[in-house]
Amino acid sequence: MSKYLLNKFLFTVDRDPALVERYREQPRETVTWWEATEANRLLNCIDDERSTWLAFDAAEREALATHDYPALFDMGAHPFLTLTLFIAMFERDHEPMGFQTEYARRLADRTLPYPDIAT
Amino acid sequence: MAELVAVIASTHHPFYHRASTSVGEDRPPFADEWVRKIESFRETLTRARPDVLVMVGSDHFHQLWLDNMPQFLVGKAPVYDANWHNEEREFGLPRMRLNGQEDLSAYVLREGLDAGFDLAFSNELRIDHSITCPIITLRPEADLPIVPIYTNIFAPPLPQPKRFVQLGRTIRQLVESWPSDKRVAVIGTGHLSLELGGPRQFGPHGPDPQFDQKAVGWIAGGDVEECLAEVSLDSLHLPGNATHGFMDFMLMMGVAGAGQKADYVDTYDLFHTMEAYFTWYPNGSPS
Repeated sequence: MSKYLLNKFLFTVDRDPALVERYREQPRETVTWWEATEANRLLNCIDDERSTWLAFDAAEREALATHDYPALFDMGAHPFLTLTLFIAMFERDHEPMGFQTEYARRLADRTLPYPDIAT
Repeated sequence: MAELVAVIASTHHPFYHRASTSVGEDRPPFADEWVRKIESFRETLTRARPDVLVMVGSDHFHQLWLDNMPQFLVGKAPVYDANWHNEEREFGLPRMRLNGQEDLSAYVLREGLDAGFDLAFSNELRIDHSITCPIITLRPEADLPIVPIYTNIFAPPLPQPKRFVQLGRTIRQLVESWPSDKRVAVIGTGHLSLELGGPRQFGPHGPDPQFDQKAVGWIAGGDVEECLAEVSLDSLHLPGNATHGFMDFMLMMGVAGAGQKADYVDTYDLFHTMEAYFTWYPNGSPS
């Protein structure tokens, strides 16, 4: 399991407006492409210096591919990253603050202690 | 030596800018009272007539990332561009540009290292809403040079709460020993109880009003030791999953000094979070 790689996906997609739209519209395709080409990119380094070892496990890949943010919460993905990206993708489909309150409602049965987010 | 003319601790609510500038049907019902409170709070800084602002905040995974994460970082640059794409997108924050007080940054780094804090530094730092929100609320002219200081309240493992208090005490010592005739204000922002990306987010109040009440009492009364006795990295999970931002308030209690009651205290109970505003005048209230 790689909370770090989940976070890296959320972080790198969130900061690229085109990728945000691509992930909204084609989540499985985006996750597949991202894992193949971006997951091992060492930020701020040339391609030749990429890492060699980062990969999602099946559950992580599926959670991302299905926009399953409650599952990402359960896996310990950083909740700020998940929330920020999913607001960017789906707030537009709801009344003001409607997506944020639905997000809370879908997580309503989670109790303390929450999953550890340390990476 | 430089004079510490004000110590200010505040929440940093990214929705203030949009709420305060919206009109007509878009203006939320709580905006007018919020603006009134902010303008009153702003006056506490204006009266102190600062020349330089030391700004304590926390990067929200903008420039600082998990492949290279500092615990405490001081910006040392002549200029800081500010606010990021996702802050424009979600909060409607404007792009900003602030000048740096680079000689004070250098002093804080050198003397801070020698005082036992292994501070990271950045010579090209784009700052985010943890620092621009208090510029917008307290100094909207954005005309004073700054020294940004980032703390990690966001990406565990985090420093212990006592370390934030100790850093606050050290920042005060460094400001007061800086060989300069400048008037310096130290402004830091954090959170009371806060939940982001969890089941208790965006409720009608902050996720834990009881914690908020207690926290405001600690800050207003300068009750550093009482606060340290009750707050731990584990306990901060209970009031809300983003409540570790309270440690920046603890840092500011360290700047203000143990037992120092705040000269100005105000709060505003909003949806999602309680706003809280504090000002201390270490050398007496300005006339």
